[in-house]
Amino acid sequence: MRPVAAIVAKDIAIEYKNKEAFTSMLLFGLLVVVVFSFAFEGSDRKLLAPGMLWVAYSFAGILGLNRSLNMEIDNDCLQGLLLSPLSRGDLYLGKVAGNLVFTLIAELVILPFFVILNNLAFNRALLWIAGITLLGTLGFVAIGTTLSLISAQTRMKEVLLPVLQIPMTFPVILSAVQATSLVMSEDAKGISFPLSVLGIFSTVYITASYFVFEYIVEE
Amino acid sequence: MKSRILGVASIVGIAVALYFALVYAPTEQTMGTLQRVFYFHLPQAILSYLAAFLVGFGSLMYLATRDLKWDRFAYCNAELGVLFTTTTLVTGMIWGRLAWNVWWAGDARTNLELILGLLYVGYLMLRAYLPEREKRARLSTVFGFLAVLDVPINYGAIYWWETQHPKPVLGPRGGGADPDIKLAIYVSLLAFAFVYAWLLTKRLQVAQLEDEVGSLESTMEAS
Repeated sequence: MRPVAAIVAKDIAIEYKNKEAFTSMLLFGLLVVVVFSFAFEGSDRKLLAPGMLWVAYSFAGILGLNRSLNMEIDNDCLQGLLLSPLSRGDLYLGKVAGNLVFTLIAELVILPFFVILNNLAFNRALLWIAGITLLGTLGFVAIGTTLSLISAQTRMKEVLLPVLQIPMTFPVILSAVQATSLVMSEDAKGISFPLSVLGIFSTVYITASYFVFEYIVEE
Repeated sequence: MKSRILGVASIVGIAVALYFALVYAPTEQTMGTLQRVFYFHLPQAILSYLAAFLVGFGSLMYLATRDLKWDRFAYCNAELGVLFTTTTLVTGMIWGRLAWNVWWAGDARTNLELILGLLYVGYLMLRAYLPEREKRARLSTVFGFLAVLDVPINYGAIYWWETQHPKPVLGPRGGGADPDIKLAIYVSLLAFAFVYAWLLTKRLQVAQLEDEVGSLESTMEAS
């Protein structure tokens, strides 16, 4: 566990200093929420809100993922990480944990703005939504960390990430939207199904990426 | 030689399948002639999923053996995947417009097919932006492997949606279809399987030539 913690600590130290990934994710996510709330003026917000929230989350998340992995590639920091005595799988887990922390913080800051702009209520459902956010974001960064390192090695760099990430995370976005709308409609009966899809997705992709990560960083 | 046999089998097969679909099979009672599009829709949908499994298989074999043969196998199947998801969606939309009066019903299976198509396109796009041959094979193989894992999860995620897509007619749970209709479906499936195998062998030959040209070019540049 120590190497994983070391990578997370390194990422937090860098982010604390330059605040690049966090601010860009936060501002971009807020802008998506604002644009949506203007565009859907006058329509039933309760119906649209879950989809709106997860579109904002996933766009912001893609921005943060690109930042986090490009940072390693740009200055050849990845070489240093690969030379250090830690397994490829641990490197992956460390990057996932770091990405999860930044993305979650940005998302939890976006959440109250989303509630205000859509005239929703601050109630217990928000705690549920925060929980769904945690589970959904875990799945999102589990595959996103791998895909962003793949796309960072192409000629297109970060432009390619959404093309790979969005279809791949379709089950995450779909299930998270379903779970969020169930919570918001105060009828959480069928919620275990989408939540278990989120759980399965994260488990499958963390395991699979842990093992294939060495093929991505191979020189 | 192999591809020539498959080519003849494809052409004859499609001709026979057309006869079975348009003449032999009885007109379905509720949907009438429109139902006949189904003889092309279902086999193509099945083959579009087969392509996903073959991409996954090729990817795993490449990771295990590092033989470029398997990389070619994976991406030629991905190209056929794009072809067959497209024809499945087009025939499905023709059906949907006439039967339900909408092009896109937003139905679970339709969305699944579209996502599958987008994954194939993503895979091919990734390859297009990786100029180095070995790196292209390695990275796209990882993506292909991860994308194939996505297919069953996707299926599970949207399975619980209420689907207005017609229930399956083949397989153990699919009862109720006329035996003549079933026979026509099997004939059509066989015909399209020949087409798939034919296109795949042709495409694999071309891909191998492409690789040979590529390696010749790099040796010329080096000297």
